[in-house]
Amino acid sequence: MQFSRFSDFIDMGGYGFYVWLSFGAGALLLTLLIISSKVGHRKVIKQIAQRKQREDILRKARATKTQQTATHNPNLKEEIR
Amino acid sequence: MWKWLHPYANPEVAYRLTTKLLPWLITLTTLFLGVGLVWALLFAPADYQQGHSFRIFYIHVPAASLSMGIYFAMAIAAFSSLVWQLKLADASAAALAPVGAIFTAIALITGAAWGKPMWGTWWIWDARLTSELILLFLYLGVIALHNAFEDKNLAGKAAGILTLVGVINIPVIKYSVDWWNTLHQGSTVSKLGKPAMSLEMFWPFLVCFIGFSLLVGVIVSLRFRTEILSRNSIRPWVQELVQAQTKAENSK
Repeated sequence: MQFSRFSDFIDMGGYGFYVWLSFGAGALLLTLLIISSKVGHRKVIKQIAQRKQREDILRKARATKTQQTATHNPNLKEEIR
Repeated sequence: MWKWLHPYANPEVAYRLTTKLLPWLITLTTLFLGVGLVWALLFAPADYQQGHSFRIFYIHVPAASLSMGIYFAMAIAAFSSLVWQLKLADASAAALAPVGAIFTAIALITGAAWGKPMWGTWWIWDARLTSELILLFLYLGVIALHNAFEDKNLAGKAAGILTLVGVINIPVIKYSVDWWNTLHQGSTVSKLGKPAMSLEMFWPFLVCFIGFSLLVGVIVSLRFRTEILSRNSIRPWVQELVQAQTKAENSK
C-alpha cells in the first residue's frame, strides 16, 4: 500500500485532479459505450419484432380480402384455386 | 484449415458461439481489471520523477496501444470483407469501429491530463499527438460511412476502403517518437526484449493491459451480435430468436 491515509490516496501527491480526471473520463466513456451497445442490441431486436408483427398483420389482411372477394364471386374462386 | 473454419462463417453459429463466450469474457474482464486497477492505483510504486501522476500510465498506455490494435484488427476485417466478401468480417469491422474510437478518445484525454502536469500543456501539435488525433477522425469517418447507406454491403465497402487507406497512419503513430523529435517520450514497454521499467510497475501494467483487452472483447462481442441480427433480420433463425426473446421479456 502506497498511501497511509484515504486523503493521501485522493490527493495523489498533488496530482489528484489529473489522475482522477484520467480514470474518471475513462470510466465514464467506457460505461457510456457499454450502455449504448446494450441499448442498441435491444433496439434491433425490438425493430425486427415490430417489422414481423406488421408483416403478419398485412398478410392476414390480404388473406381475408382474397377470401371475401372469392365468396362474392364464385368465378374468381375457381381462378384462385 | 478452411474446412475447419468454414462453419464459423455461418452467422447463426457465430452468434451462438459469441453468446456462449460472453459470460466467460465478462468474468475474466472483471477479474483482471479489478485486480489491475487496484494494483495500479494503490500498490504500484510512485515514479521517482513523476510521483503519483505516473498512475495515469496504467490507463493511458493500454488505451493508446489498443486504439492502434483495434484499428489493425478492423483493417484485417475490412480486407477480408473486400477480397473474400465475408459478410461476418463486415459485421465485425462495424462492431470494432466505435470501440476503437472510444479508446482513442481515452488515450487523448488521459494524455492531455498527463501532459498538463508533466509538460505544462494540455495539448501540443507534435507528431505523436497529431497522428493519434487523426486516428480518432479516421474512426469517426468509418463509423459515419457505416451509417451513411441503407444497404449494409455498400456501407461496408465504403468504410472498408477508408479503413485500408487509413492503415498508413498506424506506423506513423507507432514510430512517430523515433522519426521526429517529439515531446512525447519513447516507448517504455517494448514487447521485444526487456521493458525499460521496473518489474514492480510492469506487472500491474500487464494485468491492466490484459484487462482492457478483455473489455474490448466484451464490448465488441456485444456489438458484433447486434450487427449479425440487423444484417440477417429476415432469416428464420433470427425471427425465432427474436420471438423467443420478446416472449421472455413480456412474461417478466
